[in-house]
Amino acid sequence: MTPLWWMILALAVTSYALKATGTLLVGSMRMPAPLERCIALIPAAVLSALVVKDALSDGRVLVLDERAVGIAVALVLVARRAPLVVVIAGAAAVTAGVRALGA
Amino acid sequence: MSHPVGAGPGARDPEVRRVVTGSLALSTAVGIFGFSFGVLAVGAGASVAQALVLSLAVFTGASQFSAMSVVGAGGSVVTAWAGAALLAVRNLVYGVAMAGPLREMGGGSLRRVVAAHFVIDETTGLALAERDPRLRRLAFWTTAVALFGLWNAGTVLGALVGTAVDPRAWGLDVAFPAAFVAMLPPHLRTRHGRWAAALGALICVVAIPLAPVGVPVILAVTAILVGVRP
Repeated sequence: MTPLWWMILALAVTSYALKATGTLLVGSMRMPAPLERCIALIPAAVLSALVVKDALSDGRVLVLDERAVGIAVALVLVARRAPLVVVIAGAAAVTAGVRALGA
Repeated sequence: MSHPVGAGPGARDPEVRRVVTGSLALSTAVGIFGFSFGVLAVGAGASVAQALVLSLAVFTGASQFSAMSVVGAGGSVVTAWAGAALLAVRNLVYGVAMAGPLREMGGGSLRRVVAAHFVIDETTGLALAERDPRLRRLAFWTTAVALFGLWNAGTVLGALVGTAVDPRAWGLDVAFPAAFVAMLPPHLRTRHGRWAAALGALICVVAIPLAPVGVPVILAVTAILVGVRP
């Protein structure tokens, strides 16, 4: 098996384990409030970090290129409550356009 | 699923129709999202089969996107797994919230073992929005079945299309972060959420030049500590 297959297998097991722990084991037990608040904040912290990584870096160094323009478009579209597909298509189209002009 | 949708006298019940329509509309949107995942996953180096297994067996969108985004950027599979696993921790919270309702829905422990796989943002949100246990069960299972089907169908179609196009020429490398931007607003409603997002981004900016690919995203999770105090 390739490393990517191992990662997929590990993630599948982790994902089910997390869903099932809450559903089957923890049951009606309540978690401490500060812990519950912190867990609820994971998506906010991780998603915004992923935006930085994917739009403003090549993974190793910070890079400002046509993707920044695409993300600016995505931010405007999200602020205007555009549907997800429109956000993705709009950002991709603008990035591709700027890239084609620059090439 | 001993109470099939649209069968019996319940089908004419406007409440039933409202719940089913809501589930199907949301599932359709998620199916299109699954299409984007398929395109992006193969663009980031997955095969069509790998993209499909991610959607079938991992079945939690943000984690799948995150994992392939790290792999695509050249990060190690360990950091790809860790970032995606952290994003999946919120399903544990949904599971805790759904444990009581799922027990009330009946069907024994075997059905709960199956139901656990479907405890994600959308099913939890729509199920807990209903107070009537009958409508709650309907909302959970209609969303679970429709969303799972359309998410996977979308993934396969997207993966097949993705193998046929050059991702950079179509600007698809921006589709990952654009999707993450679109997923953010519900998490920014609270002051804590906004602080965690800002701090997470800042930690990532600082860590990118210093840490290996994928690690900055994991370090950014420390931003959740803003939630320790109410």
